Amino acid sequence: MQLFLQQIFNGVMIGSTYAIVALGLTLVFGILNIPNFAHGHLYMLGAYLCFFLMNQYGFGYWISLVFSVVIMAMMGMLVERLVYRPLQDRPQMSSFISAIGALIILENGVIVIWGPQGRRIPNPYPGIVKLLGITMSYQRLLVIVSAIALIIMLQIFIKKTTAGMTIEAVAQNREGAMLVGINVNRVSSITFAISAATAAAAACLVAPIFMISPTMGAFLGMKAFAIVILGGLGSISGAIMGGYILGLLEALGGGYLSAAYKDVYAFGALILILAIRPTGLFGREVS
Amino acid sequence: MAVKGFLREKSLYLLLVVFALVLPFLITDRYVFQIVIMGCLFSICTLSMNLILGYTGQVSLAHAGFFGIGSYSVALMTKEGVSFWLALPLASLLAAATGLLIGLPTLRTRGSYFAIATLCFGVIISVVAGNWIEVTGGYTGIVGIALPSPLFFPGIGPISFQTMVAQYYLVLAFLLLTLLVMHRLVYSLFGLGFMAIRNNEILAEAVGVNTFAGKLLSFVVANFFAGLAGGIYASLIGSISPSTASIDLTFNWLIYLLLGGAATLAGPILGAFVIPVILDQIQFLQGYRMIIFGILLIVVIIYFPRGIMGAISDLVRRARACYERGKGMKRAAAG
Repeated sequence: MQLFLQQIFNGVMIGSTYAIVALGLTLVFGILNIPNFAHGHLYMLGAYLCFFLMNQYGFGYWISLVFSVVIMAMMGMLVERLVYRPLQDRPQMSSFISAIGALIILENGVIVIWGPQGRRIPNPYPGIVKLLGITMSYQRLLVIVSAIALIIMLQIFIKKTTAGMTIEAVAQNREGAMLVGINVNRVSSITFAISAATAAAAACLVAPIFMISPTMGAFLGMKAFAIVILGGLGSISGAIMGGYILGLLEALGGGYLSAAYKDVYAFGALILILAIRPTGLFGREVS
Repeated sequence: MAVKGFLREKSLYLLLVVFALVLPFLITDRYVFQIVIMGCLFSICTLSMNLILGYTGQVSLAHAGFFGIGSYSVALMTKEGVSFWLALPLASLLAAATGLLIGLPTLRTRGSYFAIATLCFGVIISVVAGNWIEVTGGYTGIVGIALPSPLFFPGIGPISFQTMVAQYYLVLAFLLLTLLVMHRLVYSLFGLGFMAIRNNEILAEAVGVNTFAGKLLSFVVANFFAGLAGGIYASLIGSISPSTASIDLTFNWLIYLLLGGAATLAGPILGAFVIPVILDQIQFLQGYRMIIFGILLIVVIIYFPRGIMGAISDLVRRARACYERGKGMKRAAAG
């Protein structure tokens, strides 16, 4: 029972990061129809920026986090402008291949600057609490709480602000949105900024718990794609639910079945579900 | 004109084959020769990837996974005493059969979904290769895989594959076989069906092309040759590890294929030779090498979507148009 509860807690913690990362991806992939395969690598770069600011400049944890988020928002815009916008009238596969180019640049760029070895960000909140026999570190609790706060903030942004509503308008009808005077290119830019910024936030929150390495983005990006497809393309609630479900699945599978194969549960589940429903669990057709 | 063009094309092919056959006498440097052998081997990979990706338009990112299935199968079978010449076709068939099993569910999906589903499968293969220690040897892999056993040719006697020259001819023979199969397939009715699927799947379906069967055939044949290349690789290199099935390898082939020119027969081979040579030449750039390649990939997909071969054929067409115009002008001036 104790092991079970502990795994549930860990699953919710890791699921929180999956939910945020998948949320950012579903905005870009589901709404702009851009398969940003470099999303996981933007997450990785976010974690490295945080590490760099803390280690090199001695900034505090929160200041580094904010800086990393802001820089990554700009980075997201840059990626959209250089990697995807020139291809917007071409088949989706072109963007996918362009994305592979982008992720090669990001991963090797980080290796050139900071080296291929894993790094550790000092844990700002090393304390732990014990509740019902499960050990919870403050940092892990912080991840869970911040994730919920981030998700709520993002929902408010999309539903209540003008910028957010233009994103939804483009999602519903691209031509219609252009007709009523929405600048679609600007919406793409904003969406990418939000997507990269949320990925950076998730990365900075979870970085003190795990090691960071240049290759950490690859698997995460693929898992985010799996979540987005399973949860339904463009569905924000689907991405959140999918993120938590995958986190729990991995924690329980890793705890009870085999930890070595932890990373492949998501991929196996994706192939199985696509076998039954080629457009994903709640998905609609893509072109 | 058509006959003359055909003859010219045929003689060009013949010239290339003769060049490939005498190549071992021209190259003395072992290191360069090794690059050439790997170029031939990876050409089999890019050619087969080209069938599903270039001609049929389905971005399969599991190619290194099937290459891995082929290489592990040959390694395990030859370790058990099975002859390489029996193990190789069996391994290729196993890769093809796995392709059939994976293709049945994943080929029902479209576009990025298929790319991601196959990528997931590729990752599963490499993770299994790294963790199924009793069979695959885990992350250390399998070492000491025997070279192909000597082949007996009537009139020539037995040929062993100890020397690089013999290994080169072995790989070249399989490359020519692959090229022949691809050529026959692409210019057949099946090939037209593949291209119809790539250009517009819904329209192809509407005019009576069985799109699912077409995609499945293309995928299975592509994976057969990926497995074949993997089997040869295992035997020639002598050791394999999970990196033999890693997605990095798939991405490398993707770069070779796209830079060389997808949906052509020469492009994948060109890419598989030219890109590694360039990579070798700019080794002094170290880590920046891959960054340059990332940039190159993006630039090519934006500005030269048809790769080097596309750029060449554009140039040729433009030059010919220029020439024709010049001739026309001269005639007009004379008349």
